[in-house]
Amino acid sequence: MVNASQITYDFISPRGQDGTLIHFENVGLRYGMGPEILRDLTFDIPKRSFQFLTGPSGAGKSTLLRLLFMSLKPTRGLIRVFGRETSTIPQSELPMLRRRIGIVFQDFRLLDHLTTYENVALPLRVRGKEESSYRSDVIELLKWVGLGDRINVLPPVLSGGEKQRVAIARALIDQPELLLADEPTGNVDPPMARRILKLFQELNRFGTAVVIATHDLALMDQVDARRMILTSGRLDLYE
Amino acid sequence: MNDLSETRQKETPRRELNLRRTNAIVPQRSVQSRALLAVIVIMSFLACLTIGAVSMIRSTAQSWASEISREITIQIKPDEKVDMEQALVTARDLALSFVGTRDGQILDREATSRLLEPWLGSGLDIDELPVPRLVIITIDENNPPDFAAMRAELQKRVPQAYLDDHRTWVDRLVSMARTTVIIGSGVLGLVFFAMVLTVIFATRGALASNRHIIEVLHFVGAESSFVAREFQKHFLIISLKGALAGAVLAALFFGLAAWWQSMSIATPESDQATALFGSFTIDWTGYVGIFITMLVIAALTTLTARLTVMRTIDEIDHIRSDPGRLDIYQA
Repeated sequence: MVNASQITYDFISPRGQDGTLIHFENVGLRYGMGPEILRDLTFDIPKRSFQFLTGPSGAGKSTLLRLLFMSLKPTRGLIRVFGRETSTIPQSELPMLRRRIGIVFQDFRLLDHLTTYENVALPLRVRGKEESSYRSDVIELLKWVGLGDRINVLPPVLSGGEKQRVAIARALIDQPELLLADEPTGNVDPPMARRILKLFQELNRFGTAVVIATHDLALMDQVDARRMILTSGRLDLYE
Repeated sequence: MNDLSETRQKETPRRELNLRRTNAIVPQRSVQSRALLAVIVIMSFLACLTIGAVSMIRSTAQSWASEISREITIQIKPDEKVDMEQALVTARDLALSFVGTRDGQILDREATSRLLEPWLGSGLDIDELPVPRLVIITIDENNPPDFAAMRAELQKRVPQAYLDDHRTWVDRLVSMARTTVIIGSGVLGLVFFAMVLTVIFATRGALASNRHIIEVLHFVGAESSFVAREFQKHFLIISLKGALAGAVLAALFFGLAAWWQSMSIATPESDQATALFGSFTIDWTGYVGIFITMLVIAALTTLTARLTVMRTIDEIDHIRSDPGRLDIYQA
């Protein structure tokens, strides 16, 4: 197994500019005619920032992640992503903006008929890149997440932790400016959770902003990072 | 040579790392794909069979009509005042004098007896009965003679003669042939309609099992056109394979039927089948029809795949991203 701290991350180019990636202003969301799930959310996700999004189950963490990923529209308020107001972005431009955001789903969403290597390379493949141009990057990234010996394995054979790392590698392969992770340690044991957290910290050091949705207090205690706590649809920020 | 060595150099890392051959984004083999393939083979076979059958019926009907309209008959009724043999010759010569006639044949006594044999038995002495005699005139069916003028002339020269230009039969046959072709086209239309619906639903069914792939592609930043293209490619291959197999099976069926017909020539079964269906061979229009059916099935499957993928993406982008409409799903 490759130790993440021993690897040089040549495929991740450091970014140094400060600023805001995402801005929320008085955002509210309700499903149909039901009560508001999220109320008056106002916050920024700065560049190179690291934050946990937490709160009790059903508080709306996944819903907020979907708003950040532009796969859900707010009922009210303003969301600005990479300097553009989401309500004015044409549907055809969304894929291009989403390419700047990496997302790790709670249920991994790996394609079972593709190998570990192919799953990680998928974002580059859909961008029309030649395999020869990204092969070494994908392999290097897989080694970085400790899956250098699982390159040709299909997801059904992988353990929960391995699947999680494949999903993380897939989210990272195109060097996103922002990484959103929904309960990334929900299906792994504490040592693996620490290992995954270390990966996110390493990634953040090289310039990617990270938002981790979790209700794992032990995990959050390991890192001195900003906490965004959702309670009854309201968001409290602890810097 | 340089290209080859460059290619080898490019391939080396892949071989060293022993990477598997890159899989298609849409899985090539799945239960749903096989089911869709089977549906396309069956529907293509049925559609091609119907096209071949309609083409066969149309050409058989045309050949019946053509055979009948190629001849006319002059019937001369017996009369004490008429020298029958002389009247037959006069009628034949008069008919042949018209433009559009080719050949004239007087049906002699023996032939006339043979014609009546099924009703009056053998050993018939034709002189004992007032049996009309016939002259058969072969005409140019593309440039037929003026029947009205011929009839008037015959009436003048041989009043006992009656000209039968077979128009009644030809008209009935043409009408029957048209009806048959219309019925056949109706059946073909229904088969095509059933095929269209079956292929659409089978394609949608096969796509439903791949919905998670569309979602993943969409979330890793694939453009709608890329996702649609991947699925189109996959379904085009399936539909071409299926439609080709169905068309080949149908062509094989007609080939075997024609072979059976040629092998069992002059047997009662073959004669019956030939009388009813004509020859089992289908003309070039039939094969063109089969080829077009293949293309239609392939285009239909591909188009359905594209539209379904685009609709799924549209649903992700518009319906599932709209919290107002999500409520409908949750209800």
